[in-house]
Amino acid sequence: MSLLEIQDLGIRYATVGGGVQAVDGVDLSVEAGEVVGLAGESACGKTTVALAIPRLLPDNASITAGAIRFDDVDLLAVPEREMQRVRWGRVAMVFQGAMNALNPVQTVGAQIVEPIRLHERGTSAAQAKERVGELLEQVGIPAERAREFPHEFSGGMRQRVMIAMALACRPQLVIADEPATALDVMTQAQILNLLRDLRARLGLAMILISHDLSVIAETCDRVAIMYAGKIVEHGPAATLFGTRAGGGEPAHPYTQALVGAFPNIHRERTFVAGIPGYPPDLASPPTGCRFHDRCPVRIERCRTESPALRPAGGESHEAACHLVGEPSS
Amino acid sequence: MFRASYLARKAGQLAITLFAVVTFNFVLFRVLPGDPLQLIARSGHLPPEALARLRALFGLDRSLPVQYWYYLRNLAHGQFGFSFTYRRPVSSILAERMTNTIILLGAATIFIVLLGVGLGVFAAARRGSRADSETVVTALIFWSLPTFWTGMILVFLLGVWLHAFPISGITTPGAAYSSWWDQTTDVVSHIFLPTVTLALVDIGQFILITRSSLVDVLTEDFILTAKAKGLSRRNVVWRHGVRNALLPVITASALYISLVVGGAIQVETVFSWPGMGRLIYDAVLRRDYPILEACFLIFAVTVILANLASDLLYQVLDPRVREA
Amino acid sequence: MAIAQIPLEDRPGARAALRRNWNLVWADPLGRVGVVLLAAIAVIAVFGPMLFPFNPQAVGRTAADILRPPSAHHWLGTDELGRDVFRATLSGSRISLLVGLLATAISILVGAVTGLVAGYYPGWPDSVLMRITDFFLVMPTLPLVIALAALFGQSLGIIVLVIGLTGWPSTARIVRSQVLSLRERQFVVRIRSLGATDLRIVGSHILPNVLPLIFANTVLVIAGSILSEATLAFLGLGDPVHVSWGTMLHFAFVSGATGRGAWWYFLPPGFGIVLVVLGFTLFGHTLDRILNPRLRGRG
Repeated sequence: MSLLEIQDLGIRYATVGGGVQAVDGVDLSVEAGEVVGLAGESACGKTTVALAIPRLLPDNASITAGAIRFDDVDLLAVPEREMQRVRWGRVAMVFQGAMNALNPVQTVGAQIVEPIRLHERGTSAAQAKERVGELLEQVGIPAERAREFPHEFSGGMRQRVMIAMALACRPQLVIADEPATALDVMTQAQILNLLRDLRARLGLAMILISHDLSVIAETCDRVAIMYAGKIVEHGPAATLFGTRAGGGEPAHPYTQALVGAFPNIHRERTFVAGIPGYPPDLASPPTGCRFHDRCPVRIERCRTESPALRPAGGESHEAACHLVGEPSS
Repeated sequence: MFRASYLARKAGQLAITLFAVVTFNFVLFRVLPGDPLQLIARSGHLPPEALARLRALFGLDRSLPVQYWYYLRNLAHGQFGFSFTYRRPVSSILAERMTNTIILLGAATIFIVLLGVGLGVFAAARRGSRADSETVVTALIFWSLPTFWTGMILVFLLGVWLHAFPISGITTPGAAYSSWWDQTTDVVSHIFLPTVTLALVDIGQFILITRSSLVDVLTEDFILTAKAKGLSRRNVVWRHGVRNALLPVITASALYISLVVGGAIQVETVFSWPGMGRLIYDAVLRRDYPILEACFLIFAVTVILANLASDLLYQVLDPRVREA
Repeated sequence: MAIAQIPLEDRPGARAALRRNWNLVWADPLGRVGVVLLAAIAVIAVFGPMLFPFNPQAVGRTAADILRPPSAHHWLGTDELGRDVFRATLSGSRISLLVGLLATAISILVGAVTGLVAGYYPGWPDSVLMRITDFFLVMPTLPLVIALAALFGQSLGIIVLVIGLTGWPSTARIVRSQVLSLRERQFVVRIRSLGATDLRIVGSHILPNVLPLIFANTVLVIAGSILSEATLAFLGLGDPVHVSWGTMLHFAFVSGATGRGAWWYFLPPGFGIVLVVLGFTLFGHTLDRILNPRLRGRG
């Protein structure tokens, strides 16, 4: 049984001009100890899916369909009180620390202590302080810095603080939303190394969300690609970012274009192809396959019929494209 | 808590500002209107010998810079001049009046801050709801009320028509008290209407500023982090939201002091509350310039000190601004 | 000449912007109430005294005429001299509004110029002007206004000057910060490097972008000025010849109308003040929300 299983999730935002179905029919599963990447362009719905898991969506969002089963319990049906215990204690989040995700008037140590004292009642102040020290050391920050304020840290260090904070209550699942964005490349690499290291040591399950495929490729076991609110392809990272000779390659034209859009240091100097056009307006989504008007290999069927996910060669590798195999039932 | 260099700088700025205010006061009351003693002499309030003595005391027969020096020296000794109408040194009058105004302002401020911030938080946490718009409209309406008129209405409704509260003074004239408690009750019944008047008008400011500040803060990223940690909504709003939202409120409270001083003058007038506000009103009627001058200086200095206090408080509460 | 043809990136047509903002104000319920109140007050102030002129000399003849409650003859009763309160209130509207508007004009002029100069010429002009502005900001307004009026007389002109000269600091600060941020924007830097004169830059490029903010601020300053005049007059410092609402309340107070329960005397002028100030406040509050992009959509 998977640790986390999202089934047919649909989320709608109520907006001034009507509604927007930001997420439509999304299935996603995460096994214990596995790192699953969720990739896609901005506003494709990946952050919405992430926020839905601990039920942190804004007030104007509503779940239109589906279930989110965590340890076989549907989180969407759980009362709020119960949910507060799940948050951080079992499902923790790492936001972009470089932004304003830390309270500017509290010390870093106080902010890490807060969930500890909340979820593990009976922890004494001394014990909590010690644990904060351990957590900070674990992410490479000297323990004494716990009494400093967020503005005294650099962007990269604040990201580490966020990671340390996320691990404070020993969660089963960590959702990292763009953990390395807005950082310079070297710091990015450090953060990713850190995440890989922690995952190996602590056996964490993680969902890593990013628009940056290189980040996803480096860190994840399996990857799901989202486009316009739907999952268009998912499978092992090696397959999606590999070559046919190497054991698998991306099957969906969107994934192929994304992978092609990133320069590869090993290959010859080819022109980096961007994908022409823009993602569709989800207030009035296009008919048929949502990618069809930007797809280089579309056929007539793509305009009218929305393709379901189907096996695409390689194990547990599926893609939602008419040009790939036959639909799985 | 504070670095010595920061305190030194603040002290220096304070000294300069105080000096500027004192000089401004001098220019306003001594230089511009011309010889003040002429006005007194014309009004016939003081006998010639007293006039001559005053002239010597203030150096009015000397040049302007010398007068300025006399002025500063007298101030340093707490010598504020001599009231025309009370025939006493101004400083002796000030002493009693200041206490009464402080009592009034103190009572009103506690009320205003607690209720104003409370309502502001209440409205912000329910942004967009009917309770929110009703709170905002109420705050705007109260903000538009002239303090003195509100006082007159309360005098009429609760004092004259309903006879529920006394409408003037700080104690019932000629009252004899059997206990300390009785005296306190008497003062409280007298302070009630003036306090409510002051509070009604100045609370709008606090409600609006608290509300808009908290609305802004609640959209920040760290609020989402706090929610993600599993904190209850109440804890998120108070421990993370309000704590941050109070910072602009503290800055705005400096403006409040200026407003409430103006309000106190009006309220003390309407309710005959024997404080500095009423003192100014009576002094204006009788053109008793030494009192006006002294009161103006006191009020100005109070506002300046209050500004300094709010600056320091802000430094304590916002670690980003601390002179690290 | 080529410089003048460069279109302002932020000016899509002043008229279109005006219409758009007006629609936004009218759409907001509070804004609508404010505008309606202001329109009503304008009509009353202009036509009221024309239709029901007030004669200050028409005092009562006997003691029984003083402080009479409303009747068919005197719709709002009589004051302490036996004069008609209804007509007095209508006539007072003009003075209250006039003083408020004129004083505001002075405040805005001084404040805007100060803010423009301070914002556009950083360095010592900015420092000096801001020190002066901060000094006046720290002064408690009412005591200062009282002191000035007591010292310099009670004519309408002095009152206007006094209120005007104490209300400018807030405008100066707002204008200065807006000019400062505009000054560093791309289009201004470009135009400066092309050699446009300061006057042209400020006049054609910076000023149009600051005007909406000044306008919103003006509306709120008017509200404050009217309140200031009313308070001054109530405390006995108003012009005794030109009776404003504040002056009426002063006489009501000193003649003991509150104590005697003559509500018809002190309620109408007070209501007048409240409604005018409320009108400007609601209008200004709405304008603020529309023009300040951070506040837009945040209720």
